Order: sequence, then C-alpha cells, then structure tokens
Amino acid sequence: MTGGLSNAAPGAPLRVSITRKAFRGADGKLVEAIAHVAFEVPGGSFVTLIGPSGCGKTTTLRIVLGLETEFEGSVVRPDPDGRIAVVFQEPRLLPWRTVEENVRLALPEGIGTEDLDELFDVLGLSEMRSRFPTELSLGLARRAALARAFAIRPSLLLLDEPFVSLDEMTAARLRRLLTTVWSARRTTALMVTHNLREAVQLSDRIVFLTERPAKIRGIHEIKVAREARDAEWRETELRRLDREFPGVL
Amino acid sequence: MALDGMASVRGERLRRLAHDRLTPGTLTTISLLGLLAIWWIAAAVADSRVLPTPPQVFEVFWRDAVSGELWFHLAMTLMRVAFAFVAAMAIGSVIGIGMGISRQANRFFDPWLILFLNIPALVVIVLAYIWFGLNEVAAIGAIAVNKIPNVVVTMREGAKALDPQLSEMARIYRFGAAKRIRHVVLPQLQPYFSAASRSGLALIWKIALVVELLGRSDGVGFQINLYFQLFDVAGILAYTLAFVAVMLAIELMLVQPFEARATRWRRPR
Repeated sequence: MTGGLSNAAPGAPLRVSITRKAFRGADGKLVEAIAHVAFEVPGGSFVTLIGPSGCGKTTTLRIVLGLETEFEGSVVRPDPDGRIAVVFQEPRLLPWRTVEENVRLALPEGIGTEDLDELFDVLGLSEMRSRFPTELSLGLARRAALARAFAIRPSLLLLDEPFVSLDEMTAARLRRLLTTVWSARRTTALMVTHNLREAVQLSDRIVFLTERPAKIRGIHEIKVAREARDAEWRETELRRLDREFPGVL
Repeated sequence: MALDGMASVRGERLRRLAHDRLTPGTLTTISLLGLLAIWWIAAAVADSRVLPTPPQVFEVFWRDAVSGELWFHLAMTLMRVAFAFVAAMAIGSVIGIGMGISRQANRFFDPWLILFLNIPALVVIVLAYIWFGLNEVAAIGAIAVNKIPNVVVTMREGAKALDPQLSEMARIYRFGAAKRIRHVVLPQLQPYFSAASRSGLALIWKIALVVELLGRSDGVGFQINLYFQLFDVAGILAYTLAFVAVMLAIELMLVQPFEARATRWRRPR
C-alpha cells in the first residue's frame, strides 16, 4: 500500500467489533471491561474514542494493536500486512538512543535510509536530532514519538491520549502539529482521549463510550473541514455535544 | 532511580571538594599515602620478620620483576582469571536471563541455584581436580563454576526488570530479533552486567589463587604458597600488591571507560 502514502486516502476501513472483554484483577476477581463496542474508521479518516477514565478506551486500543488477544469479537485492520504506528501516553523512546536513532530504528528495512529532514523540520525537532530523550521535555519527547510514528508511513495510526499531562499551550501546539503532519502523510487514525475539545478539533468522527463495561453511547460525525473549524465553530459544536452527551465535557 | 541518586550525591561531594580546592585525584593520593605511612610506622615499631616495611617488600618485588619471574606468574594468574571470567559471564548471563524471562525455568532451576550458591569454593576446586585431573581446564572450570551462580542471580534480576512498555513498542514497530537485543534488551541489562563484572573480577581472582595453591605449579597463588612455606611475608605482600595493581589497572582502563560510554545517555549532572 505504498501508493496510499500521499494525500490520496487509502480505501479500506478499520473495523472493530468487540463483544466482550474481561480480565482478572489483582484480587483475582473478573472485571468486565468491554460489553459491546463496534465502530468503523473509514480509510484515511481520523476517529476519536472518548469516554470517562477507566471505561476501556485504552483496552480497545490495545486490542486493535494486537497486544491483547483474549477477547470476543473481531478486528479487521485496513491492510493486514501494513505497518501500524502507535503513540502511547508515555513517549516510550529508548533513553540510550538519540532522537534520530529512535526514529530510524523503527523504520522498516526498505526505507531505513530515508531522508527525515522534512519530518523533523515540521515537528520542530531539527535541533534535537542528536539529543538523548532524557534531555527533552515531555512535550518534545511526545513530538519525537509522533515523528517515529509518521516516519514509518503506517497504514494505521493509533494514539493513546498523546497530549495528556501537558500544559494547555504545549498541548494546543502539538495538536496543530499533529494536524499538519497527518494532513501531509494521511493515514487511517484512531485516537483515544477524554478531552472533548481535542476530539472536536481533530476528528472526522467521535465515538462516545459509556462507563465500564464499555458500550457505544453514540457516534457523532463532523463534516466541517478542519481549516474551517474556528474558535466560534468549536464553541457551538462543544455546546451541542454537551447537550447531547452530558458529562463528557 | 537509585543510580541517579548515587550519582547526584557523588556530584554534590565533588562540587564541595572543588570548593575546598582539593581535586579528587589529590585526595586519593593523600589517602593512599596515609595508609602507606600507617603500615611503615607499624612495621618500624614491630621490627619483626613477619611484618616487613614497604622498602623490604619493594625489594622482593624488584628482584622478581628484574628476573622476570613475577611477570610470568602474574601472566599465568591473569590468563586463568580472564578465561574463567569470560566463561562465567557468558554462561551465567544466558542462564540468568533465561530464568528472568521464563517463570517456569525460574521455578525449576531456582533450587539448583541455591544449592550451587552454597557449595564452598574449596569443595568445587577439590572435586574438579579429583574428577578432571590436575590440569588447566579443571582449574579454570572450577573458578568459573564458583562465579556462575552469582552472575545468574544478578542477571536474573536484570531480566526481571526489563521494561514491558519498551518491549511492546519494539513489537509494534516490528523490531527484528537482532535489533531488539542490541537496542532494547542489552542497554537495559548493562547496569546489571557491570555490577556482575565488578563483583566477578574481585571474586574470581581470589578463587584463582586458591586453585593455584591447591593444584598448579605456577601463578600468584603458587608463589604465595611457596613464600608461606618459607615464612617470607615480604614475598607474599609483593605478589599480592602486584596483582592488586593489575586488577586496579583493569578497572580503571577497561571497566570504567566502558561504563562511561554505555551510560553517556544519562542526564548529565
């Protein structure tokens, strides 16, 4: 699917249908995490999963990633052989490798020598390439994690609260960066968050989840182009969503 | 991070020393000279054949250094230490990492480990000589077997402490086996490897001397046995201090530079 790396969106969607997921807690009791969560991420679109903390969002993401294999239901990835990129809550960089080495190590054999100047430039990391992650702030480390995710030109991108525990200015800047990079290297993306503002700014579709065990509470489509989503539009949209799904904002 | 904490305490101490216009090198020299002075005074006061003064020890050292005897015995011991060290680190690391990763393997081999940890070095050496003969392989093998359980214990802790978050990252980004070992696993094990090497070198050369004393006709241990029979303390101290100097040189010229390189990514303080 190397043809789908440009702005032309790849066709196949990500289909998720989880009918049950339970795990044993530390006390040995069975915890029902997911009751029924089914949704679709159309090819080349950006979908956000939103819900209260502990509702099973991250578990859903881990199932899609293939890190959790014990569940009932099915996950159909857009391209079974395609690469998956992930940005975890923690940057998960190798502390003993420089920023550039961290990105290059993730590259598949074929594009190991790719020119990364542009990507580092867009993400404002050009000066940081030879730094070690321990020398970076959390915001910069997150950017490095984003660089790694986009560098491999994934057919599916998963983001687990990538802007959590940053100050609002840094988070807003990172969201804009994400939009820029994602528009240039468009791919099918699924993000987990509990921040509705973030979801409204970034997504084509928002999937609302209930408290644990998670069920779909509602699905909201956003047709307005990202460039047209100004502050005024965002406020109107947020108020509307707050009326429809109280308690999320 | 305990290591970072230690580094910070050390850094603080160094800063205070610099403030007092004493470099760490100067302090080390003064400290060693102090020890030498205590020895010299004690020897002068005792005025006995069993406690020679530093010049008497140096005399023996010089005599054997010039004749070449000292270097031959040092080299023999060093050779045994080197082979036993490499064997013990390699075998111990493989077993230790295996036990750290697999809970089953850990349960199965843990009783063996406790048994081997508690067999006295002397018993291993004697049995090795009886079973395999008074030869070099038995000697080196006996030294290595004494060290392997310690390496296993340390490396097992290292393998248990491997970060599952980084393993997941490597899995999703499809790191191959070689890439995963070199860039994800080994850097995490490095502090444990360093710890095992440090305590290993010290332990191994002490055991090597016993091995040489019991069944070899060369090496520092053999010489010390010889001087023991002659009741020549100056000779014993000359060989001991010469070998301690060799081990110190290895620490300063090999172990520390390697460690400095391996940990250069840590935040400088």
